[in-house]
Amino acid sequence: MTLDYLALLMQGLAVTALLAALGTLLAAGLGLPLAIALRSGRVALVTPARLYVELMRGVPLVLLLFLLYYGGPSLGFRLPASWAGVLGLGLFGAGSFAEIYRAGLAGVPTGELEAARMLGLQRGQAFLQIELPRALRLIVPPIGGQVIVMVKESAVLSIITVAELSKRAGELSSISFSIAPLVVAALLYWVLVEMIARTSFLIEARLSAKDIL
Amino acid sequence: MWQIIVENRATLLEGLLTTLGVSAAALCIGAALGLALSALRRGPSKPLRRVAAVYLSFWRGTPILIQLFFVFYALPMLGLELSPVIAAIVTLALNTAAFQSEIYRAGLAAIPVGQVEAAGMLGMSRLSTLLRVETPQAIRLMLPALVGEMLALVRNSSLVSVIAVADMTRRAQQIASSTFRPLESYGAALMGYLALALLLSGLALWLEKRMGRE
Repeated sequence: MTLDYLALLMQGLAVTALLAALGTLLAAGLGLPLAIALRSGRVALVTPARLYVELMRGVPLVLLLFLLYYGGPSLGFRLPASWAGVLGLGLFGAGSFAEIYRAGLAGVPTGELEAARMLGLQRGQAFLQIELPRALRLIVPPIGGQVIVMVKESAVLSIITVAELSKRAGELSSISFSIAPLVVAALLYWVLVEMIARTSFLIEARLSAKDIL
Repeated sequence: MWQIIVENRATLLEGLLTTLGVSAAALCIGAALGLALSALRRGPSKPLRRVAAVYLSFWRGTPILIQLFFVFYALPMLGLELSPVIAAIVTLALNTAAFQSEIYRAGLAAIPVGQVEAAGMLGMSRLSTLLRVETPQAIRLMLPALVGEMLALVRNSSLVSVIAVADMTRRAQQIASSTFRPLESYGAALMGYLALALLLSGLALWLEKRMGRE
């Protein structure tokens, strides 16, 4: 495999990392209001949020991307492939992020919150100083896992012509009749995923170290 | 507007059956492989444990699309040619095996050692302990995770459309390009996947209730 190929694959890796990061940010952001709705206890809010989460659990990302990219023009919007990809990733991931937030907040014992209120903390203070830090420690490991899922799912963007790592690897492999580009791409994904896993582990360790409880 | 879907319902239904068939085949093969893998990881042989760990790391750490390319395009270069459907089932099975083995490992690890020891003291053989004490409890614990994996498998099976397997996604693509109605075609496929997911979740809920009653 020549150096040109390697350069193209590295470009693909950069695109993959960027789009996966943007998609993850969007998903993490959209997940927040969803989680709040899920925890609100009001049927009018819980039901649509729950429906959304279940929908995204059962539906393939590739169909979502087809709808956004090929179906968009019928609805009056025409997105470039990479934007449709980021939007699709964001919508797809939002359900999982919402579930992670919800489970994290639900994992903080109510007694702690009550105790904080008894000690005279305001509702907002109790949330920021008691609930949030406790929940953060609970949600870091699943968030690490979800970021990895986002990186892997971003490979699907190649199907709507985004020139990310999988797309490059597939093209180079068929041009050169060799599996080398695929092997390199797999290794690059693997390294990226391992790095995310290590980072998540480090953050988790730091958060636990700070907590003397 | 939805006329197109009604006209093409047979095509979509065929796709749905292919999706279901490919997923079910991969699920069963993957379950057997996953059990074997989790046994290797709990086993006494260190080199085999390492092999299993590397296998898991690869199949869990790379995108299914790349894995599919490997099995479909790379294996022929090594002299092993597979038809698209077989390549699809093999890829999905090898992938889900890695994820399922983690579920089995965690499920069995959650059974207290004391129970196994107690069963041994009562004269039960190791195998009968595994089958009658550990497995029934582990299944109950693992059920939610297994259902999640099943949903993921059906979802992932949509990717086999890129190697020309005529699953629901592929059929929707064909309908979209012949009718120039992408919104309706992909929307209908979306509903199909959603229906499958609801069916699986419902089934799991029913199973869970039944097991809880025992």
